[in-house]
Amino acid sequence: MAKTLFDKVWDAHVVEQLPDGTCVLYIDRHLVHEVTSPQAFEGLRMAGRRVRRPDATIAVVDHNVPTTDRQAGIKEADSRLQVETLERNVAAFGVPYIPLLDDRQGIVHIIGPEEGISLPGMTIVCGDSHTSTHGALGSLAFGIGTSEVEHVLATQTLLQKPAKNMNVAVEGSLPFGVSAKDIVLAIIGRIGTAGGTGHVVEYTGSAIRSLDMAGRMTVCNMSIEAGARAGMIAPDETTFEYVRGRPMGPKGEALERAIAWWRTLPSDPGASYDKQVRLDAATIAPMVTWGTSPEAVAPITGTVPDPKEVADEAKRAQMERMLEYMALRPGQRLTEVPVDVVFIGSCTNGRIEDIRAAAAVARGRKVAAGVRALVVPGSGLVKRQAEAEGLDRVLTEAGFEWREAGCSMCLGMNPDKLTAGQRCASTSNRNFEGRQGPGGRTHLLSPAMAAAAAVTGRLADVRELAR
Amino acid sequence: MKPFTKLTAVAAPLPMANVDTDKIIPARFLKTIERSGLGVHLFDTLRYDAEGRERPDFVLNQPPYRHAQILIAHENFGCGSSREHAPWALLDFGIRCVIAPDFADIFHNNCFKNGILPVRLPRSVIDQLMADAKLGANSRITIDLEAQEVVRPSGERIHFDIDPFRKKLLLEGLDDIGQTLQHVAAIDAYEAKTQSERSFIPGIEVHP
Repeated sequence: MAKTLFDKVWDAHVVEQLPDGTCVLYIDRHLVHEVTSPQAFEGLRMAGRRVRRPDATIAVVDHNVPTTDRQAGIKEADSRLQVETLERNVAAFGVPYIPLLDDRQGIVHIIGPEEGISLPGMTIVCGDSHTSTHGALGSLAFGIGTSEVEHVLATQTLLQKPAKNMNVAVEGSLPFGVSAKDIVLAIIGRIGTAGGTGHVVEYTGSAIRSLDMAGRMTVCNMSIEAGARAGMIAPDETTFEYVRGRPMGPKGEALERAIAWWRTLPSDPGASYDKQVRLDAATIAPMVTWGTSPEAVAPITGTVPDPKEVADEAKRAQMERMLEYMALRPGQRLTEVPVDVVFIGSCTNGRIEDIRAAAAVARGRKVAAGVRALVVPGSGLVKRQAEAEGLDRVLTEAGFEWREAGCSMCLGMNPDKLTAGQRCASTSNRNFEGRQGPGGRTHLLSPAMAAAAAVTGRLADVRELAR
Repeated sequence: MKPFTKLTAVAAPLPMANVDTDKIIPARFLKTIERSGLGVHLFDTLRYDAEGRERPDFVLNQPPYRHAQILIAHENFGCGSSREHAPWALLDFGIRCVIAPDFADIFHNNCFKNGILPVRLPRSVIDQLMADAKLGANSRITIDLEAQEVVRPSGERIHFDIDPFRKKLLLEGLDDIGQTLQHVAAIDAYEAKTQSERSFIPGIEVHP
């Protein structure tokens, strides 16, 4: 029977199928960070269990870390405790760890692919929903809760039933000024935040194939915002070229054998999907969210929608609440919305390609008066690369802050936060109420669009700036 | 894990769709290394104002619902982050069962690991249960996991579906890891087989 990419990777990892269809699924890579692991290690300790495969596990701190001078340590006691707890746990259980002051430190979903830890055909988990990022390599990668973190540490497996297959095909070439972030926001706008629930989404089509790995990671990263268990893209020459030479990946003859296996993974012709969606790339414009759910999104050329035009009472009430929280008026042009803060970074858009895109817009321009703009590289190596290319100077000369690697303002767990009422153009992944700090207002968009917002002081169409 | 068998309790109506895990427990409260003590922060921004005072209009601040053990909500409950702090906060508050038309996958999974029963029922049934819940303290709902039934205050019994494996774990309060370790020989065999077939995958080592 013709199989999908997901079917093949799933089947290759089934240790045992129980009578009711639940599978003992083998996990190749387990990424661990400081927020969702303390209780899992504590559970191991209480039960007298060890970590089964330290050599398949990697730990790093990212959520709690300040993105200013690291030598000064972590000021907030509770953040420091989580970081120190992870350091104690990795030492006690023999888990490989990238320390905070190491150049390779960064957001767990940036460093997995960057180091060659995440590879095609693997099962990859992490106690973080944006683990879907790694599916860009053609792996099955998904977020798990802390109990499952403990389960994987102890057994290197999970008890799971297979997800359904969903295909999102994006065909055609992307118009000028439109990026991977716009593709995924357009998809979420189309299928909604529960559109992928119970499914693994395979992204296909010429627009997806033409994306570089950074763009593919951006798309897969936000699969969870469409409710999907995971997102995947079939490995191809772009993937193999990316993997070649990664420090912790296979090399030489081993790499060639790996590639030979990876070439067998793409979905078979005629493989069927439980659900199928098709988008025409040519119709996608730069996107920006206006509400407090990622599905509340519109092209930058659009306006804030009017709740009066929504028939369903519950949906209307929800939209009214969103507009009240976001302090927006129905019918307001999105390009008339002023911003206070711009955040460029996160596991969605913290790679070198994202910083290049932002710097290209910032070059020779200035951050608008009264706007605070932060650029936070996804890893120490991304930062070093950007500095080697002189992008830090382009950005700082334009008035952007150039910071150390971490999750930063994507979520309010470290000193980078919005204050109540502040409005932020953000390249991150969630615009939930209070996500970037209590009372903060988030508009999700691409790195180029974020830079355009920084230099104009409002949500802006980056295509206008480039003309 | 505390087993879940049968529960008769007050149900709190929360007629909202897309209740995300940031809403259930904001990220700033995740800086704990414990599982307990999160109940006080459950639904923090809905429950308290900027000065930390209770918002009297929020359901869990109203007398009949302060000790609610069932929560009734709309579509896509628990979307967003994978944080297990969300079910931990619900459990610490006292919620043992959430009834909604559907749930986000990771949250749904996390509930079972903590002895919380997520019940999926069609929106039309949810609307009836929501109306029941709005009647307050005298309107108790029963959840019978063994029978797979929700019993309305009127006595009407509504069947719900649940994965049999998960039902068994909940009823017996069994720990997943213990279950999986019964298959350790199969895991050993799988590892031996793939380590030769996929020997091109290196182990992780961090060199200074």
